[in-house]
Amino acid sequence: MSIKTTLAVAALGLALAAPSIAQKKYDPGATDTEIKIGQTMPYSGPASAYGTIGKLEAAYFKRINEQGGINGRKINFISYDDGYSPPKTVEMIRKLVEQDEVLFTINTLGTPSNTAIHKYMNSKKVPHLFLATGATKWNDPKNYPWTMGFNPSYQAEAKLYAVDILKNHPNAKIAILYQNDDYGKDYLKGFVDGLGDKAKSMIVAQATYEVTDPTVDSQIVTLKGSGADIFFNITTPKFAAQAIRKVADLGWKPLHYLNQVSASVGSVLTPAGLDKSQGLISMRYIKDPTDPRWASDATMKEYFEFMKKYYPDGDVNDASNTYAYAVSQLTVQLLKQCGDNLTRENVMKQAENIKNFQIPMAEPGVVANTSPTDHEPFQTMQLVTFKGKSWVGEGSPVAVKQ
Amino acid sequence: MEAATTTTTLAPLPSEKAATRALPFSRAQITGAAALLVIACALPFFLSNYRTFQASMVLIYAIALLGLNILTGFNGQISLGHGAFFAIGAYVTAILMDKFGVPYWVCLPLAGAVCLLAGFLFGLPALRLEGIYLALATFALGVALPQLLKYKHFEGWTGGVQGIVLIKPDPPFSSLFGLKLNPDRWFFFVTLFVTIVMFALAWNLLRGRVGRALVAIRDHPIAASTMGIDNALYKSLAFGVSAMYTGIAGALGGIAVAFVAPDSFTIFVSITLVVGMVIGGLASISGAFYGALFVQFVPNIADQISKAAPWAIYGTLMIVFMYVMPTGIAGALRLAWARLKRSRQDNTAA
Amino acid sequence: MEAFAHQVIAGLATGGIYASLALALVMIYNATHHVNFAQGELAMFATYLCWTMLNAGWSYWAAFFATLAIAFVLGAAIERIIVRPVESAPVLTVVVVFIGLLVILNSLAGWIYTYTIKSFPSPFPAAPPFGSHLVTSHELGAICVTLIVLLLIFLFFRYTPLGLAMRAASQNPDSSRLVGIRVGWMLALGWGMAAAIGATAGMMVAPIVFLDPNMMAGILLYAFAAALIGGIDNPGGAVLGGFLVGVLENLIGAYVIGTELKLTVALVLIVGVLIVRPAGLFGKVIVTRV
Repeated sequence: MSIKTTLAVAALGLALAAPSIAQKKYDPGATDTEIKIGQTMPYSGPASAYGTIGKLEAAYFKRINEQGGINGRKINFISYDDGYSPPKTVEMIRKLVEQDEVLFTINTLGTPSNTAIHKYMNSKKVPHLFLATGATKWNDPKNYPWTMGFNPSYQAEAKLYAVDILKNHPNAKIAILYQNDDYGKDYLKGFVDGLGDKAKSMIVAQATYEVTDPTVDSQIVTLKGSGADIFFNITTPKFAAQAIRKVADLGWKPLHYLNQVSASVGSVLTPAGLDKSQGLISMRYIKDPTDPRWASDATMKEYFEFMKKYYPDGDVNDASNTYAYAVSQLTVQLLKQCGDNLTRENVMKQAENIKNFQIPMAEPGVVANTSPTDHEPFQTMQLVTFKGKSWVGEGSPVAVKQ
Repeated sequence: MEAATTTTTLAPLPSEKAATRALPFSRAQITGAAALLVIACALPFFLSNYRTFQASMVLIYAIALLGLNILTGFNGQISLGHGAFFAIGAYVTAILMDKFGVPYWVCLPLAGAVCLLAGFLFGLPALRLEGIYLALATFALGVALPQLLKYKHFEGWTGGVQGIVLIKPDPPFSSLFGLKLNPDRWFFFVTLFVTIVMFALAWNLLRGRVGRALVAIRDHPIAASTMGIDNALYKSLAFGVSAMYTGIAGALGGIAVAFVAPDSFTIFVSITLVVGMVIGGLASISGAFYGALFVQFVPNIADQISKAAPWAIYGTLMIVFMYVMPTGIAGALRLAWARLKRSRQDNTAA
Repeated sequence: MEAFAHQVIAGLATGGIYASLALALVMIYNATHHVNFAQGELAMFATYLCWTMLNAGWSYWAAFFATLAIAFVLGAAIERIIVRPVESAPVLTVVVVFIGLLVILNSLAGWIYTYTIKSFPSPFPAAPPFGSHLVTSHELGAICVTLIVLLLIFLFFRYTPLGLAMRAASQNPDSSRLVGIRVGWMLALGWGMAAAIGATAGMMVAPIVFLDPNMMAGILLYAFAAALIGGIDNPGGAVLGGFLVGVLENLIGAYVIGTELKLTVALVLIVGVLIVRPAGLFGKVIVTRV
């Protein structure tokens, strides 16, 4: 360890041990009264459905500020529209880092958008935290020490399904529908890797679609025609609803695995038809707002009141919103851990120092854990099946090794 | 007394002095251009790196818009898919730089050449299509290209959905006349140089025989062919040259952002180019700059005004611009300048 | 063989979607000689208005016809207020105005209604026709509605004096004025009718693809292609074009090149058809004389 690092760690230890006597240390973006956090989010363009995440986070920080801020500092949350276009993301991130001088960024959304700024953020040594994408490449602390994901890795989730299939249905025939982009291919890779040698013999049909396609009906017809009895559905909410409904309408009854991205009861299963969604298998890590288990849950109640007061335009049942709520809660925890030492280096150290933190909006038992060698907060996932009106847990959360 | 001088339907005859000058510019125009050049060169040293990057993007859009204008403004062929050539230029450069280690300054003309060929080849069958049908064909090109880029059999070259990450070139010397250079500043100068060269070429092309032929084909294709202009050749060439310009702009764009991916080149890029060209001014070289400024900065302004519906603001601004300046910013400036000159003439005449 | 029939039928169903929007595009082209890129968004917005009414408790058909009326007024108003100032401007200026309109409507819908998909009811019975799994009653019903609209348009343009006046106004505004036709109002009427047709398309499409602000974006591309392949001034051609595009797309995706390139190949084929028949399959070839 270099002397500089030793001193930094020692200072950190001091800061953690005795916050009252800790020195205030600031990097650009932090002052006695303010912490600047940056973000790019697709408020326009093909992915604008996810814009609600940024809007909710802005409202969340507004509430925090009204309640006095964190350690006496208000949060100045600056979120720019990038239209899901990587060149725009680069431009906006440069603005955030070089002009607005934010301390760090959170929840920047989109795999291509984040790929475009991956090198830049690390070369500028700005914490690039809680990326809103499940791509596996964000967990690479050796080469990209300033980047940390949030969403459980798509590949890990797909492996979970693959393992489940190998265990319970080792001779099944599988059909896959996936979105023709980074997110879809990432899931596919994890699934194929998880099946190992049996992938070639088990996967009998694959079909893709573009986000500009009006429906996926034709693809479902093709997949049904392959005679598969397991269907792995890698689609975003709108297409997931279409797929679920078409599968039911065609009279096809495969074992239906649905990616977590589209597991929202309010925004996907209800439009598709709850009766058509029975038996769906997915993964869960954030509380679903329509789940009757949380009807009297303190966090959920707080969320509903928050939506009414601070974000009335938002859709209460949209799982993207509880997701954003969870991210905001983790960010607040991170800032609390930083205390008065608001350098970028300390922010990163604290981000790597989240130990068994139960985010209130996350499912109980799904805790966040990070370390300097592990930049993926979630280590466990739980398989769930849709029964009646909600997702029901199967067994206990499974550890997913990367 | 007023009536005789207010209706000037004929352009005034060029003065004797202008006809005998070496260059067809007035002294005022030359000093103006020189001043602009000095300001442009000084810019990166007064602006932050971020702003320099934005300035580079404006120049890049200007080259792309000039390319589109050659085809649509001067030659009347509507293209709703020029983003495809922008993408081809960017990808050719990215593949050459990433897989073959070709230095960036060699990539630029190579990307241009590839796009020249691609544009020409596309222009040939497009000869059969007119107006709205050509618009659809080009629109189809713009929509299909991202899908082609993602195609798994090309993944080895294009990087598939992941795209290709590039490294921004370092300046060859660390300072110029005592002023520090960094990759952003150096790249701005490279872009500025390319812009000047491309604009000079275009200006020369368009004021000569070729330019007149293109405009003739736009306005009266039948008359043009009876005059001996080979419509087919000129139209295909226009496509090729226009694609070359946009391709070089795309190459520069890819290096500026240091990343190319299919998501960077959706149909929205093509639409943005059309909007920029029209707002800047059809059939106008300076219009390319105004359009580039609009396309680069107005979405950011719209985002500042409203986070809830940023594009509603952007769309409104588009429409307002079109109301106030139906012939684009360049057209409006031309009208204003003509009106100013006329009123000055009236004043001196009276 | 069964799979093939299945694909063809599924293609006809999606083709019906393209056909309905293509009709609106043809309508507006016949009335104004402009292709309105905002047609899809207008249709989507009208569908949202219907959804609002349905949510407020109106019965389906009451909301349906009310939406048609509102869409008509909205279309005519947009023509008079937004398009009129640039009527005499170059074509591309008008195109930019349309693009602006498209973007505004899309953004407004996203803001007012959020991006969560909404299910939209169908007036047709839920049970599949003839117990078949190949197509739903709604898809069949939507195709019938499209054909009825086509018939109405055909009758309107062919046999009514108003239809004749509209065609005249778009083909030769100056002469029409001399004959006493109120060209301005003909244009507004054309827009109104196109908006109403678009609204019908939207309300038929929404139950299939789910209602969300980006619902029409992908459909517009195919509708555009369908309208052109059939000849931009020919409503029957547009409907045929729609079915053709739908079936072609499905068959290419299933049998020729796989779903990864089906969009590309479909478009290449469409452009190919246009190169062979530059005015579309059934369009009128305009001959310019010197």
